[in-house]
Amino acid sequence: MLRVNVTFEQVRELAQRTVTDVRYPVVKSYTLDAIWVLYDRVLRVDPQRLDDPSRDRFLLSKGHGPSAFYAVLAAKGFIPAEWLDGIAALESPLGSHPDATLVPGAEISSGSLGHGLPLGVGLAHGLRATGFGDSRVFTLVGDAELDEGSNHEAIAYAGAVGLANLNVIVADNGSASHGWPGGVASRFTVNCWSAATVDMADHEALYRSFTAPHPDRPHVTVAVSETTPH
Amino acid sequence: MRDAWAARTNELLEADPRVAVVLADISADLFREAAAAHPDRVINVGIREQLMVGAAGGLALAGLRPIAHSYAPFLVERAFEQIKLDFEHQGTSGVLVSVGASYDWAEGSFTHFSPRDVALFDTLQRWRVFVPGHAAEVPPLLDRAVRSDEGAYMRLSLRHNENPYAVPDDALLVLREGRRATVVAVGPLLDNVLEATADLDVTVAYTNTPRPLDIEGLRELAADTGDAVVMVEPYLEGTSDWLVSRAFADRPHRLLSIGVGRDELRRYGTAAEHEHLHGLDAEGVRARVRKFLALL
Repeated sequence: MLRVNVTFEQVRELAQRTVTDVRYPVVKSYTLDAIWVLYDRVLRVDPQRLDDPSRDRFLLSKGHGPSAFYAVLAAKGFIPAEWLDGIAALESPLGSHPDATLVPGAEISSGSLGHGLPLGVGLAHGLRATGFGDSRVFTLVGDAELDEGSNHEAIAYAGAVGLANLNVIVADNGSASHGWPGGVASRFTVNCWSAATVDMADHEALYRSFTAPHPDRPHVTVAVSETTPH
Repeated sequence: MRDAWAARTNELLEADPRVAVVLADISADLFREAAAAHPDRVINVGIREQLMVGAAGGLALAGLRPIAHSYAPFLVERAFEQIKLDFEHQGTSGVLVSVGASYDWAEGSFTHFSPRDVALFDTLQRWRVFVPGHAAEVPPLLDRAVRSDEGAYMRLSLRHNENPYAVPDDALLVLREGRRATVVAVGPLLDNVLEATADLDVTVAYTNTPRPLDIEGLRELAADTGDAVVMVEPYLEGTSDWLVSRAFADRPHRLLSIGVGRDELRRYGTAAEHEHLHGLDAEGVRARVRKFLALL
């Protein structure tokens, strides 16, 4: 169903074709490893069946600098690679913040921080309510995005009710202004989530965490990157 | 009204597997059994309104028809960006049902007042606004809101008229005809308007669905009353000015808007007392309409 012949190096080149926003010159691809591993090895998604109700859902909550996301969508056949070259132009469906109504394969419109995780909570409930409880929701947030209180509403609630089909990836590049003393994962584990902290560049570790069983609780992967954003 | 809404919502939950309810503790006791029976369709997130609206947006993404409910200021004002982005910008919609209205819990004062809510929905695209005037008007309005795939905001109140009215969909219901002005009463203020204008030569029309406002109906009625229009609304005064003004762009008209004042009163007391302070009781409405008609 997917183009299996694309390599990580090739998708990285695709990402380089996009300069979505001069404000995010470096950040634009530091999430590429996690998104690549998800789409290459984990998610049950098919560009030929975008509306399949049983598909897994990837929610790019951290919508700033979505180059990595667009590059993976292109590599996996959701969008034409040519779209990457005209990014953020008036007629381009790809902008500096993704619009789900314009981008095939984008599950949510994002860009304002702190919306993806609450949406993911509702989506996870909704999948269970409609008989697709085996479908998983993966929401990618940034460590600075965790500053937004809406995330903490969702973390506390999802842990309390054991929303097991919900998964979060925190792309942690140490960019939160006031940091997270004690580590990002502790904010989740204190609320009964299972958690793994891995190196963003370690694709095997990302894969193991994304596929680790967590039958009675949500799971967070804290993917630590050495990249400095500013 | 809240009980009527909860009863009908419980019925809809049983009848329609698409219906879901998201709560933030408020009114959770009215959905305990339903929550036990449908744990993924009746969700109480605790006192977390951003999450409540966001999760409702997520349920809509899964193809469900979510109903989110809380006190009006927390549902609409605290979580307004969630309404804008987690429904509107996603290309989905939902049903939002509030309690508290403009001054229902007067002892609670400003923190629990939400006269600005309808004006906020006017900044979005195509949200319907339902303002029932009686508990019996709630179930049919809720059915309409749930059946539709457009956004709907239902504003429940403890204030109500003595009798319910069957209002035709999206049309003004004419209750009295006169020659000097067309007075439109919204939701629970109808009885006050009827009393205030009992001996005045005016047309009185009622609506519990102020958005979309029945512009064509209003133009027809006003044509017979010298294009003098009075809007009496249980939320922020002047909320509908822009719509009326736009509707009459092609002909001279006069408009009097009566609604909840902009100033923070910093008073407690009862809802009836606040209605009086805002000039929304029969006495206050009557005085302003008489002045508008130059009956001094």
